[in-house]
Amino acid sequence: MSEEVYTNRNTFIDPRTGEEREYTILNLGPTHPATHGIFQNVLKMDGEIILDAEPTVGYIHRAFEKIAERKPYYQITVLTDRLNYCSSPINNMGWHMTVEKLIGAEIPKRAEYLRVIIMELSRIADHIICNTVIAVDTGAMTGFLYFFQSREQIYEIFEEICGARLTTNIGRIGGMERDFSPKAWEKIHRFMKDFPAKMKEFSNLVERNRIFMDRTIGAGPISGERALNYGFTGPNLRAAGVDYDVRVMNPYSSYSDFNFKIPVGTNGDVYDRFMVRQQEMWESYSIIEQAIKNMPDGDFHAVLPEFYLPPKEEVYNSMEALIYHFKIVMGENEVPKGEVYHSVEAGNGELGFYLVSDGGRTPYRMHIRRPCFIYYQAYPEMIKGGMLSDAILTMSSMNVIAGELDA
Amino acid sequence: MSELLVSVGDRLKATFGDAILASSMDYDFPVFEVKRDKIEEIARFLYDDPDMGFRFLTTLCGLHFPEQKGKELGVMYQFHNLPKNHRIRIKTFFPVSDPTVPSLTGIFASANWQERQEYDFFGIRFTGHPNLKRILNMDEMNYYPMRKEYRVEDGGRSDKNDAMFGR
Repeated sequence: MSEEVYTNRNTFIDPRTGEEREYTILNLGPTHPATHGIFQNVLKMDGEIILDAEPTVGYIHRAFEKIAERKPYYQITVLTDRLNYCSSPINNMGWHMTVEKLIGAEIPKRAEYLRVIIMELSRIADHIICNTVIAVDTGAMTGFLYFFQSREQIYEIFEEICGARLTTNIGRIGGMERDFSPKAWEKIHRFMKDFPAKMKEFSNLVERNRIFMDRTIGAGPISGERALNYGFTGPNLRAAGVDYDVRVMNPYSSYSDFNFKIPVGTNGDVYDRFMVRQQEMWESYSIIEQAIKNMPDGDFHAVLPEFYLPPKEEVYNSMEALIYHFKIVMGENEVPKGEVYHSVEAGNGELGFYLVSDGGRTPYRMHIRRPCFIYYQAYPEMIKGGMLSDAILTMSSMNVIAGELDA
Repeated sequence: MSELLVSVGDRLKATFGDAILASSMDYDFPVFEVKRDKIEEIARFLYDDPDMGFRFLTTLCGLHFPEQKGKELGVMYQFHNLPKNHRIRIKTFFPVSDPTVPSLTGIFASANWQERQEYDFFGIRFTGHPNLKRILNMDEMNYYPMRKEYRVEDGGRSDKNDAMFGR
C-alpha cells in the first residue's frame, strides 16, 4: 500500500482558481450520533466544504423480502413493523390493506375510522421525532425533551390498543383486532387536549428562532423537478413544492371523508422540510378530531372467517371457530392468484407493497417500495458544495430511518 | 382505469408495434409486457410524450419464475403521471442465462439504487448503469439470494425443515 492511503490525502483541481489543492477524506458514520442510524458517508472535504460524498447502506439489512416468501400473510405484519419503526402502525395498516385488496375484502366504516386515528397518531409521533431531532442538531435540546411528552402519550395509546409501543402489530387483515377500550379513548382524549399547547410551545421555541433559521434556511436544497426525478415522496417532496400526497391522490381507508390541506414548501431546504412537517402535524390533529366526531357505529372488523382470528371464547366452545382458527394459524387459506400493489402515505413518503400471489399459503414475491431507500440516493447531490454542519442537518431533515433504508 | 389500458396500449402499439407482447388489467393497474431491448425507448417515450407524461418512476423490482422457460427472470416497473394521476406497470422477461436489461438511470435518477438492489438480489445486469455493484449485501457475496433456488433456511441443517419454516 502506498503512503497516500495511510495519510488519507489526495489532490483535486480547484475550479475557481485552477490550482491543485489537497482534499481530506472524512468518514461520517457508520456509527456516529449524528447519522441517526447505521450508515456510512465517505466525504471528500476541502476544509469544511463538501466536494463529494459516497453513501454506503446495508449495515442492518435483514432480508425481509426473502423471509416474507416463507411466511403466511398475517405473519408478515411483524416484518413491516420494523421498517420505519418511528411510525410502525402505518406500515402495519399498509400491509393489511394490500392483502385486503388481494382478497377483495370490504372493511366496515368504523374499522376504517379507527385505522385513520391510529395512522394519524403515528404520523404525529414520526414527525415529532424528526422535527425535534432537527432542533437537537442545531443545538436546541429543550424542544426534544419537552415535546417528547406528546410522543410518549401517543405510545401509551398504542400500548393500550395492542400491548406494544414500538413494534406494534396493530390491526388484523380485515379490520382491527379489537375495538378501542374506554381507557384507550380516555388516553386519546387526553392527548387531544394536551397536544395543541405542547405543539405551540415547540413552535414558539423553534420556528422563528434566529439561530434556527440561520442554520436551516438554504441548507441542503433540492428543486421540485430534481426531487421528483429522484423519486422523492412525502414531506421531502412537498417541501420542494410538489403537492403529491397518497391520501389525496389515491384515497384509501376512508381518507376521502376528511377535510385537510396539503402543506407545501417552496425551496426544498431544511427549513421547508421542517415547516411542512410542523403544518402536517396540525392537519393530522384535525383529521383525528374529525374522525372522533364522526365515528360511525358498527363492527370493528369485516366478516372474514378465513383470515380474521375468531374470539378465544368461540374457539374454545365452537367447532367452526376452532377449525377457522387452526386454518388461519397454519396459513392454509385460499388466496387468489394475482399481482397487487397498494401504497399508503407513511411518515416519510409513499410506502408501497407489491405482492405476487400464486395462490399458495405465502406470497410468491413481495417487494416493498421503501421511501427512505429511494430518496436517500439524492443525499450526495444535496450536500455537495455545502458545509459539514449542513450535511448533518440535511440528513436529519430527510428523516432517513435505517430500518426502512435497509429492510 | 381500464380506459387507460386502452389509451396507453393503443399509443404504445402504434409506436412500438411488436415490442408490446401483452396487456392486461391487474386489479387497479394496467399492465404491459414488453420486449426487454425496447424498455429504455419505451420509458423515454412514456417520459417525453405530452399525452403520456409518466415522469415518476415509483417502483422497480426483479422477479424470478424458474418454471417459465426462456423468461425466468423479469423486471417490473411502475410509472406514475402525477398531474393526471395515471399509474401503469410495465414488465419485461428474459432468460436466466442472459440476465441483461437496459438501465433507466439516464431517464430517472431514482432508478440508480433500485437497479443496484435488484442486481444485488437477482443478478440482473442493467447495461449502462454507472455504478452497478451490490448495495445491501456484502461485496464478497457470490450468489444472488432472492432467486428461488436459494432456500430461506440453511440447507446444511437437518434439524430445521424448510417446509415448516414460519409455523
